[in-house]
Amino acid sequence: MAAKRAERLVNLVIALLGTRQYVTAARIRATVPGYEPDDGTARADEAFKRMFERDKAELREMGVPLETGRTSVFDTEDGYRIARADYELPEITLTGEEAAAVGLALRLWESAQLAGAAQSALVKLKAAGVDVDTTRAIPLRPRLDSDEPAFEPCYAAARDRRELTFDYRRPDEDAPTRRRVQPWGVVAWHGRWYLGGLDLDRRAPRVFRLSRVVGTPKAVGPAGAFEPPEDVDLAAMVAGQSRGEEQLVVVRARPGAAVGLRRHAVPLGPAEDGDDRLELRTTEPMRLAAQLAAYGPDVVVEAPAAVRAAVVERLRRLAAMAPEGAA
Amino acid sequence: MSAPTTTERMTRLLSLVPYLTARPEGVPLAEVARDFGVPERQLRRDMELLWMCGLPGYGPGDLIDLAFEGDRVRVTFTAGMVRPLRLTTDEAVALVVALRTLLELPGLAEREAVSRALAKVSAAAGHAGERVTPVALSVDAQEQALAVVREGLERKRALHLHYYVPTRDERTDRTVDPLRLLLVDGRWYLEAWSREVGGVRLFRLDRIDDVEVLDEPSAPPPGVPLRDVDAGLYQPEPGSPVVRLRLARTARWVAEYYPVEDVREVDDPPGGLAVALRTADLAWARRLVASLGGAATVDEPAELAAAVAADARATLTRYPAGGQLPSTSGD
Repeated sequence: MAAKRAERLVNLVIALLGTRQYVTAARIRATVPGYEPDDGTARADEAFKRMFERDKAELREMGVPLETGRTSVFDTEDGYRIARADYELPEITLTGEEAAAVGLALRLWESAQLAGAAQSALVKLKAAGVDVDTTRAIPLRPRLDSDEPAFEPCYAAARDRRELTFDYRRPDEDAPTRRRVQPWGVVAWHGRWYLGGLDLDRRAPRVFRLSRVVGTPKAVGPAGAFEPPEDVDLAAMVAGQSRGEEQLVVVRARPGAAVGLRRHAVPLGPAEDGDDRLELRTTEPMRLAAQLAAYGPDVVVEAPAAVRAAVVERLRRLAAMAPEGAA
Repeated sequence: MSAPTTTERMTRLLSLVPYLTARPEGVPLAEVARDFGVPERQLRRDMELLWMCGLPGYGPGDLIDLAFEGDRVRVTFTAGMVRPLRLTTDEAVALVVALRTLLELPGLAEREAVSRALAKVSAAAGHAGERVTPVALSVDAQEQALAVVREGLERKRALHLHYYVPTRDERTDRTVDPLRLLLVDGRWYLEAWSREVGGVRLFRLDRIDDVEVLDEPSAPPPGVPLRDVDAGLYQPEPGSPVVRLRLARTARWVAEYYPVEDVREVDDPPGGLAVALRTADLAWARRLVASLGGAATVDEPAELAAAVAADARATLTRYPAGGQLPSTSGD
């Protein structure tokens, strides 16, 4: 940003913070340095107006609470002021330990989506007198998936509660489909970003993976268009999207083999051929079938029949990948 | 989250005077620069700009005044800028979400401090803190091993691990010198010097079946290089053999999960994707292809396809055609 403009904006903030009266645009133009002076021409008036509009927008964007109003009934036009109590960050005192916790927490955003916001929050806390030590040598290094272009529009729409439309392509579909969603929020789950919300066409809550969004999502309609349900738990939405009922699966494993399966299995004792019988629990039997097929001859499914059939089906397809004796 | 340059500089300019006000004894310039995350050169430019700003009238007694004593700077006139601007919604979200996430981490010794900080920050955020729902971070909170590993790191002791290696389907015993904990993509990893291998290795905490803090001190060789986490945890070694797969529609997710090269859309199978993976570990590739159950076929190397098919044929002989497995007494 040009130094001239930064200087003008700082002066504008100081001037409006320093007054209880509403100050008119004309008065601001006459006192705050840097504005196009009034030389009586329409061109100069126009230039000032444009400049002042831009400055107001910039300050509001930054969160400066710019009020408009009139000090007395005799005023003929609106003026501006900044109420100190609304502008200033309230008192906050953190102990050394608490400040260290803030420093550590903010490292979660290092090089991730809200890195900029985290950095400016840190600057403000330091300006409030808090000594946040971000260099504390704790051997812990959190990281989030950093490159996700759909994050910002999805986050902004959820923050402002505006409806969102985007093209979404699941990997098992050939073409993207248009989705209309009331976005409730974005969540990083196992390092990947998801959007959770109400799918307006399917009239049901849905979860979307941001990396499958094609192009840039567009917010449509006014802000505050909906209220997310209270107690919405985005992480639970993502975690639960494929949850079915828990099923028991019994397999036989050769002694000493299938170490990975045994880590989560209940041993049921030996079968008559000397294999170990293991009981597994799953909410996703087809996913388990895929894993079981990958263990090869070390593992055979005993029950249920549906899982056994799924494994056999997979094995037949795998066996057809190369002729016998090929190398 | 608008253009970083504008907002960043304005936030800094509006924060500098309050920052110095809160530290009336003055602060070394280098420390101010570090606290604001900018080079000293930029900081000097910011201060020169602030010198030109002040209360209407803009006379010598109205302008912001900073005093330099040696390398220290302090503020002598604030022009009424004594407190920083309130937190924006984005800033409140960044702070509150990060603190809440930290609170969910198991084995965190600083839990009470985090929760007190969260309460204070939420109170200071006021309105801006009311809309923190739009972002959540979720981490695996079930790691029993985490507390023990942290203890080893803090006491600088070696660790003994029972570690499960999925590609070889075996449990191994390791003695390691812990270096640091990583939280990447929602999963915990221990980066440690493995004495058996004589190199730095990553251990996923959910694959540690048992861990013990040893009495002997942790002694990794001095100066061992740590991994650059931002470049991805697993970087394929450039010289590794190439495995070329054709993914059917139902297996296209593989291209999202693993680092793949040469991705091409293909017509055979319809809607399919041809990808190349680099791995020195053919056992891993074999397991991947087998777990895809035919939804991925192998273009290269031929011995991988042959091995997977031979395995499947051997397994099929264990399933009596169409029949039940003999039931076991005591069912």
